[in-house]
Amino acid sequence: MNAAKLLRRKVGDVAFKVFCVVVTGFALMALTAILWSLLSQGAMALSPNLFTQSTPAPGSPGGLANAIVGSLMMCVLAMVLAVTVGVLAGTWLAEYGGRSAYGAVVRFLNDVLLSAPSILVGLFVYEMLVAPFHGFSGFAGAVALALLAVPVITRTTEDVLLLQAATLREAGVALGAPLSYIIRQILWRSARSGLLTGALLAFARISGETAPLLFTALNNQFFSVDLRHPTANLPVVIFNFALSAYDDWRRLAWGGALLIAGTVLTVTVVARIVAKEQRRS
Amino acid sequence: MNSVNQMEVFETSIADVDRAEIKIDVRNLDFFYGKSHALKSISIPIARNHITALIGPSGCGKSTLLRTLNRMYALYPGQRAEGEIILDGENVLGPGVDLAKLRARVGMVFQKPTPFPMSVYDNVAFGVRLYENLSRSDMDARVEEALTRAALWGEVKDNLKGPGLGLSGGQQQRLCVARGVAVRPEVLLLDEPTSALDPISSAKLEETVTQLKSDHTIVIVTHNLGQAARVSDYTGFMYLGQLIEFGKTDEVFTRPATRKTSDYITGRFG
Repeated sequence: MNAAKLLRRKVGDVAFKVFCVVVTGFALMALTAILWSLLSQGAMALSPNLFTQSTPAPGSPGGLANAIVGSLMMCVLAMVLAVTVGVLAGTWLAEYGGRSAYGAVVRFLNDVLLSAPSILVGLFVYEMLVAPFHGFSGFAGAVALALLAVPVITRTTEDVLLLQAATLREAGVALGAPLSYIIRQILWRSARSGLLTGALLAFARISGETAPLLFTALNNQFFSVDLRHPTANLPVVIFNFALSAYDDWRRLAWGGALLIAGTVLTVTVVARIVAKEQRRS
Repeated sequence: MNSVNQMEVFETSIADVDRAEIKIDVRNLDFFYGKSHALKSISIPIARNHITALIGPSGCGKSTLLRTLNRMYALYPGQRAEGEIILDGENVLGPGVDLAKLRARVGMVFQKPTPFPMSVYDNVAFGVRLYENLSRSDMDARVEEALTRAALWGEVKDNLKGPGLGLSGGQQQRLCVARGVAVRPEVLLLDEPTSALDPISSAKLEETVTQLKSDHTIVIVTHNLGQAARVSDYTGFMYLGQLIEFGKTDEVFTRPATRKTSDYITGRFG
């Protein structure tokens, strides 16, 4: 090995490392700036009123109670729908039809859906569930959110099931158990933290979505738990209030943004802890 | 003992077993992974309530042979077996065989311990619940019996509700044996059951296996020649998908009838 070549390689190595660190630094700066403005502006809006009062007229005191409750209801309903469909679809792909041509098509379409623009999903649900019934509704909003969550859950379900050792499946088969029983009693159990991680990540993904709700749940100034009607929700309230000319509305928008960011952060951290537990066992 | 030149290349020697003693009679078995011909016209008798060991270098087909006996291969498309495997007069490979029932009769323990993600108790009860509706106390008795037979009862009796995955590797493997014997199979297939275990756990498992033969017919695949010599009554030596030699373990190890067998057990290749 000649010395010049060795030196060149060492310099190249250091240069690459420095480049990586600098680029990471830029990305972190942007993230810090966003978090800082979110924290400093959002913290001012935090008060008990935020959780107890509904969205006000400009100039009156108020909070986000209607939007928080509306968002929670729609997200929970969306997750119930999406977990049911996603886990079953992912299980089918991993255990039954994944190797067939039909399975390949389903997997491909799911991947397409995974990166579909959320505004298209909103428009789709508008055409299917809003326009024909002449009314925006929380149900339509939940369906739109579910459509965004399903591909995420389907994908993670298939992945974590395929990660389960083939020997576990064989051990069940060796006792004479039917596949459906093995899936329910052994594979889902063994993959449960992976499945939970997927669901939490899907929840994090949909909790801040605005576009699909604009055409479906719309918004509601009043407190309501009736999902048959337009339903208040945090993302659309933030969207409307942030663009408004009123300082108190804009402050509420910051508060809402902080709430969503906090929720997503918490859920993501929980998902990481759960995933780590999966690896350990 | 009859010596016949079954294939062109290798001399073979297959000993007879008394017909009345045969639990499983494998006749002219061929096995294919897609186009690859993994087992070539294997005929081997498996004696009732005895331990038959299958030895041979990696890739010789011994695990493949084991996996045809409970048709485990049927899980995978593209794998197929031709020939006959007669279990108590019935061809296991025939059409219309109920695979779940077959596997309840022919249990299996794998190379790596595979406890299910549930309690020790539920692991053992898992297979039993599939076939029998036992009362709580009957199930308790069955679980205790199975764990006792697998020589694990003493170590887990105070922690039956603990997770099966919380046991040590050796205990996990004996748990898998207990899970297998709990459904009272007639045959037990062991696929290199000690290869992932330390020597002390291996010795315990070997002892367990020896005791199990009073109630079960056992076929064990092993890489460990000493283990085959210690635990088995009959030994089959396989090479490149063929059964080269089969006979009483004492004879195969002390007076091998073929050159290949003698080379293998003396460590000339492997």
